[in-house]
Amino acid sequence: MREEKTRNTVHARRAVAYIVLAIISFLCLFWFYVLFINATRSNGELGRGFTAIPSTHLIENLKNLMTGTLPVLRGLLNSLIVASLTAFLCTYFSTMTAYSIHAYDYAGRKVIFTFILTIMMIPTQVTALGFVKLVQGLHLEDNFIPLIVPSIAAPVTFFYLKQYMDSNLPGELIEAARIDGAGELRIFNTVALPLMRPAIAVQAIFTFVSSWNNYFTPSLILHADKSKTLPILIAQLRAADWLKFDMGQVYAMIAFSIFPVIIVYLVLSKNIVGGVSAGAVKG
Amino acid sequence: MKGKKKSAVVRYNRWGYIFLIPFMVVFVVFQLIPLVTTVYNSFFENFMSGLKQVGPNFIGFKNYIQLLTQGDLLKYFLNTMIMWILGFVPQIILSLLLGSWFTNPQLKLKFQRFFKTVIYLPNLIMASAFAMLFFTLFAKTGPINSILVGMGLFKEPYDFMAHVGSVRGLVAFMNCLMWFGNTTILLMAGMMGISDSLYEAAEVDGATPTQIFWKVTIPLLKPIFIYVVITSLIGGLQMFDVPQILTNGTGDPMRSSMTLIMYLNKHLYSKNFGLAGALSVLLLVLTAILSAIVFRVTAKDEVK
Amino acid sequence: MKKRMMSLVSMALIGAMVLPNAAFAEEAADEGKVLNIQVWNEEFKSRITDHYPGYEAVDETHGKIGDVDVVWTITPSDDNAYQNNLDSILPGNVDAAADDKVDIFLIEADYALKYVDADVNVAMTMEDLGITDEDLGKQYTYTQDIVRDADGKLRASSWQACSAGLIYNREIAKEVLGTDDPDEVQEFVKDWDTYNETAAKMADAGYKMAATVNDTYRVYSNNVSAPWVQDGKVVLDDNIKKWVDDSKTAVDNNETTTAELWSDDWAKGFFPEGKVFCYFGPAWFFNFSMHGDEEGSVGHDGGWGLVTGPQGFYWGGTWICAAQGTDNPTLVKDIILTMTTDNDVMKEIAQADSDCVNNKEVLEELAADESGNLAILGGQNPYEMLAAGAELVDMSNTSPYDQGCNEEFQGAMKNYFDGNATYEEALAQFNTAIVEKYPELVTE
Repeated sequence: MREEKTRNTVHARRAVAYIVLAIISFLCLFWFYVLFINATRSNGELGRGFTAIPSTHLIENLKNLMTGTLPVLRGLLNSLIVASLTAFLCTYFSTMTAYSIHAYDYAGRKVIFTFILTIMMIPTQVTALGFVKLVQGLHLEDNFIPLIVPSIAAPVTFFYLKQYMDSNLPGELIEAARIDGAGELRIFNTVALPLMRPAIAVQAIFTFVSSWNNYFTPSLILHADKSKTLPILIAQLRAADWLKFDMGQVYAMIAFSIFPVIIVYLVLSKNIVGGVSAGAVKG
Repeated sequence: MKGKKKSAVVRYNRWGYIFLIPFMVVFVVFQLIPLVTTVYNSFFENFMSGLKQVGPNFIGFKNYIQLLTQGDLLKYFLNTMIMWILGFVPQIILSLLLGSWFTNPQLKLKFQRFFKTVIYLPNLIMASAFAMLFFTLFAKTGPINSILVGMGLFKEPYDFMAHVGSVRGLVAFMNCLMWFGNTTILLMAGMMGISDSLYEAAEVDGATPTQIFWKVTIPLLKPIFIYVVITSLIGGLQMFDVPQILTNGTGDPMRSSMTLIMYLNKHLYSKNFGLAGALSVLLLVLTAILSAIVFRVTAKDEVK
Repeated sequence: MKKRMMSLVSMALIGAMVLPNAAFAEEAADEGKVLNIQVWNEEFKSRITDHYPGYEAVDETHGKIGDVDVVWTITPSDDNAYQNNLDSILPGNVDAAADDKVDIFLIEADYALKYVDADVNVAMTMEDLGITDEDLGKQYTYTQDIVRDADGKLRASSWQACSAGLIYNREIAKEVLGTDDPDEVQEFVKDWDTYNETAAKMADAGYKMAATVNDTYRVYSNNVSAPWVQDGKVVLDDNIKKWVDDSKTAVDNNETTTAELWSDDWAKGFFPEGKVFCYFGPAWFFNFSMHGDEEGSVGHDGGWGLVTGPQGFYWGGTWICAAQGTDNPTLVKDIILTMTTDNDVMKEIAQADSDCVNNKEVLEELAADESGNLAILGGQNPYEMLAAGAELVDMSNTSPYDQGCNEEFQGAMKNYFDGNATYEEALAQFNTAIVEKYPELVTE
């Protein structure tokens, strides 16, 4: 009797869950549909308003984009370089910083932790002016270094990994590795890092995506065409003079620049969805 | 436990400092130096008039006084908070709900991979492109209005961009949609870290799913939950792209959707280093206070 | 005499075309090897590529003129990025390394005065470059007034003259006004009072007079009696106030809307179902922006007509500046002369790119012959009207703050038109915004 009741409530809950998930999925995917539809339409058609049926200009828009004056493929390559390196450096060194706070006990540890939490609150825009002056002073304009290297000090990523370590990286494991005679850097690389994999994958996606979509900082630093990233090229396309202005191309470009992130996301998302077994050690 | 750990680890502790070096060096070069420049600037009258530099003239706290007495700082702060809360409340509820559904072994939802993958997708669209789409869709002669009028819900097309509620609502909706997937993933990673055996034990004890959620999931989720609230609050205080593009930088109607960073952006635009610097410092203080409050409130019962 | 001299100049230029760079190769031998050009879009680059004799494109951002490498730096104008970029490099340009020196940069009317300021001195005077008033004699006065510094010296030159007019929908004109003849239609919009009466008629017949209040703004603001800023104080001109009053009435009576220019709501009237009677714009506007190449659009069927409208005005235009510190003055001079004074090149530009060129003789030619007739205007030849309009544009009341003032004012007043604020509240928001943008100004 009781069992049947439980089964019924489970059925009802499952039904509710499916309905809610269906609605949410629609709300998440709808925008991609609109982008795709718009990418298939010509500038003139776009001017006439919205339709739900794709038009026939997708190939034409993409061709115009590729043969146009914007270095689209170069931009794609630049974006890939910047976003991948940023994601890699950011997650690796943030884990290292979190590990320093988590696994060691030294004077000033608490102070440093609080300090890093405090600087998390500095909005990017606040230091933008000083940042640009610094970059100019170091002659690093049109260089990817000021876009990539600062991500090593990423308090937000650090904070997440630190929180995750608290519940998923027991000190006993580190001790055990030390008894086996492993060096500290080795322990970090071979014991701590693998255990942190799900959290690192999550942060790698977040960092990759925000770097990929970042317009603010690159627009201050990159001026030469050969170093521009995709968001800057999109802005440039939108600012085209009226003789060349083509919303069809703008949408095609947006669709084009979302495509690689989706792939990266799908690859990395396996780690999030599948591979979490961190609870095992905790017991 | 604590003492034992300490004595065992003590000779390795210099590695703690070594592991901090990359962070600290990068922080000092790329954040601290620009930040010091910003704070320093806040005490000067220093801006560009066309191509002519005015200042820098030392004026003490005048920039701060001007911001606190003349500007509508409080108004922009409230705008920011209203739009953040409007978006964050549904966002966190949705995330907790989805997270608990996905991790609940009882439900055994099918197509989980699909749903988990889909919820994060809106975040992949650039905020500016997303706002551009919304602007088009919700235009007075746009498709949403055609549908609403066609269904007979409205007699006349509704000008979404000309009403306070609809602009704030759209901003909140977009933020919620863009970030709930992110939050769900974070919470889920935390929930998966909770051992299945705990759930099983609770089930054997006859706990209902609701009880399991509140008594098992939530307490164990606390570190990640605090993280989510604080980072979202900080992100909310830094809200910029969406309202900026949606309202074309005006924050209208009557600046009711102008956020603090949009206001800061106005001073950056006119290269008013002095005022922008002072505003930045105020923002920093404000964020620190709010985060401290959140931290205290949520972490309160952890300090046993 | 002058004609003959001109033909000599153009013969010399044809010579230059045949033997690229022979003319200045000698003179410019000891000049820089890299010509750096700062722009915000592709417009000028495509004009140079298509029309400047001897320019060879290498790739998207590089070209060659003789043995000089041309480097284009494109910074979009979004978020003021283009001006920010200029502001950071121009002041130090004189001391920059030879190959990094900016040689040419372009400016728009809205902020032209900022860069032609004599105190700032980032743009060379035409005089220092060796270009005389006589060289520029065929240009329209307004295109020069706007780039004159306080000492009356020219510091830029443009190939475009963007005088504009009222573009009306012929079908609607026939239906409501009983005629689509330009001369007769002009009678219905000859001044603002008549314009407003016509607007009421349009509203009764179910049409919008204009797509948005922002369409008419430029017409009012081009005809002010004093600059926006006088002695560091922002002053509201009567004609701008008149725009506010007229527009409020028009919005309240459903004769127009408050949509943004270039928005979808605004562009609806380019198609018959949009039901908009008129737009305001120059040659580049009706040739390109009105979806004339799109089947079913009003322009596709030649459904527009052009008249002067209530007041003359201009819209747009790009000016070429020689950067102070350039190490290629001879080449820069030649580019400015070729692009902004040469009859053959400018006629070519007018015909190939639909620019209304800044050259009285060329416009006269276009007005006189059938080649100036435009299909989008139902075969009407607009050049005589545009040429006459260009003569009338008065730039004496510009200030370096116009771009910011105009943008902020239209933005603030939208709140009043939409009913979200009283006039006083909207004005107060404008005052706040303008001091944020220009901290050195005070408001009334």
